[in-house]
Amino acid sequence: MDTLNTKSNLIIDIKDLQKSFGNNHVLKGFNMKLYEGENLVIMGKSGSGKSVMIKCLIGLEEPDSGSIMVMGKYINQLEHWKLDELRTEIGFLFQGSALYDSMSVRENLEFPLRRHTKKFGIIEDTTPMVMEALESVGLSHAIDLMPSELSGGMKRRIALARTLILQPKIILYDEPTTGLDPITSKEIILLMMSIQKKYNTSSIIITHDVDCARVISNRMILLIDNINYAEGTFEELSSSDDPKIKAFFK
Amino acid sequence: MESNSSIVESFKFFLAEIGELSYFTSCFFKEVFRPPFEFKEFLKQCYNMGNRSLLLVSVTGFIIGLVFTLQSRPTLLKFGAVSWMPSMVSISIIREMGPIITALICAGRIGSGIGAEIGSMRVNEQIDAMEVSGTNPFKYLVVTRILATTFMLPVLVFFGDTVAIFGSAIVENIKGNVSFLLYFNQVFDSLVFSDLIPTTIKTFFFGFAIGLVGCYKGYNCKKGTAGVGLAANSAVVYTSMLLFIIDFIAVFLTNIFYG
Repeated sequence: MDTLNTKSNLIIDIKDLQKSFGNNHVLKGFNMKLYEGENLVIMGKSGSGKSVMIKCLIGLEEPDSGSIMVMGKYINQLEHWKLDELRTEIGFLFQGSALYDSMSVRENLEFPLRRHTKKFGIIEDTTPMVMEALESVGLSHAIDLMPSELSGGMKRRIALARTLILQPKIILYDEPTTGLDPITSKEIILLMMSIQKKYNTSSIIITHDVDCARVISNRMILLIDNINYAEGTFEELSSSDDPKIKAFFK
Repeated sequence: MESNSSIVESFKFFLAEIGELSYFTSCFFKEVFRPPFEFKEFLKQCYNMGNRSLLLVSVTGFIIGLVFTLQSRPTLLKFGAVSWMPSMVSISIIREMGPIITALICAGRIGSGIGAEIGSMRVNEQIDAMEVSGTNPFKYLVVTRILATTFMLPVLVFFGDTVAIFGSAIVENIKGNVSFLLYFNQVFDSLVFSDLIPTTIKTFFFGFAIGLVGCYKGYNCKKGTAGVGLAANSAVVYTSMLLFIIDFIAVFLTNIFYG
């Protein structure tokens, strides 16, 4: 993907984020900016704090210090109900899909929808919205299936449909292609790109998959030694002479 | 020296657990009165917990009534007090045996089920997924389940008691040639209001404890499948202990007010 030309609208700004679990300092002053319409890929070794950072961003983990601004609001200063409202603007695709296994695909998609009457009003019939989200991921035929009847790739697609149904402006992907075969991975990457184009979303993608990063990123951050060690386009980083950076692209 | 420090650590852990459980309870009371109410999920949980436990509670109740009567019969015969059988069985089952045995069965069936279900949802990030979609998982998962156990346990106990007395009546009918009408007349003659009220109140607390501990253990489940197993297991152990403590307090208070 080409580098984004306009970087006018800043929608996420993380400054000096620090997070520790006991003596384990997972993040030691992480900084990041995300602009509207941008796909930002974050790469790093396991345990480098990528998932913790993304969980701090959505309010699932509380940072020790630093600030996180999302769409003009500092999330650590928000009351719980205001944070819930903001969360409707941020979709999160979990690594393991995290579909509710006691609910059918339809119920999985309806679940968040019925609870946000402020954003959507009272919806009598959710079927058109559910169908639209499912059609976006090419799985409208799976509406009445249970999660246990779906393959890994289908689960990932349904989880993506569930994030889309709230019409978010930002989507956070936590290792979207991990555990999938190369063909399904490629399909998911193409799907992410088509969604970005269709809904004009901004994305943060955490991945180990270099192919995914090459195809989808406008910009990349490498998380090394618990800080953002390097930042740039895929071409810039992949041609770096720094051995720590090189190690990611071998 | 080492054993002393391990006792101190265990005591600290115990106090921490009590503190966290108290905080969890306060969160329940904060959320239970705050809209929106998850009424549909509450009814679904009532159905799951009530209807699906019915067979187990019935079979256990029936066998208890049967065995209790068979075991007591020879002794009562020896003292010529076999005519007291309906009174003895009904009072002991309704006041004590019915509620505690049904509650223990439900702690095993429902409490462990809640612990395992919510625990696996925690491990598979389903609870996180609810939270990031801006819905309140505590209200949806915890509040509904605690309310369902609180309201369903008295119903199950009532049902279990009835079946147990019926089991006892069958034995008396076969062994002592006592008609069902006579048996149940004696049962109702011997029961008074003060037998029913404290025991009914007690069962609400039993139900609350089963739901609360199951949800607490599941919601705070540690990562991994071992964590889910531990959550289910400790839910049963903690609930059983708590049930006996509640029972002791209930009997103590009943003696004060009705003794």
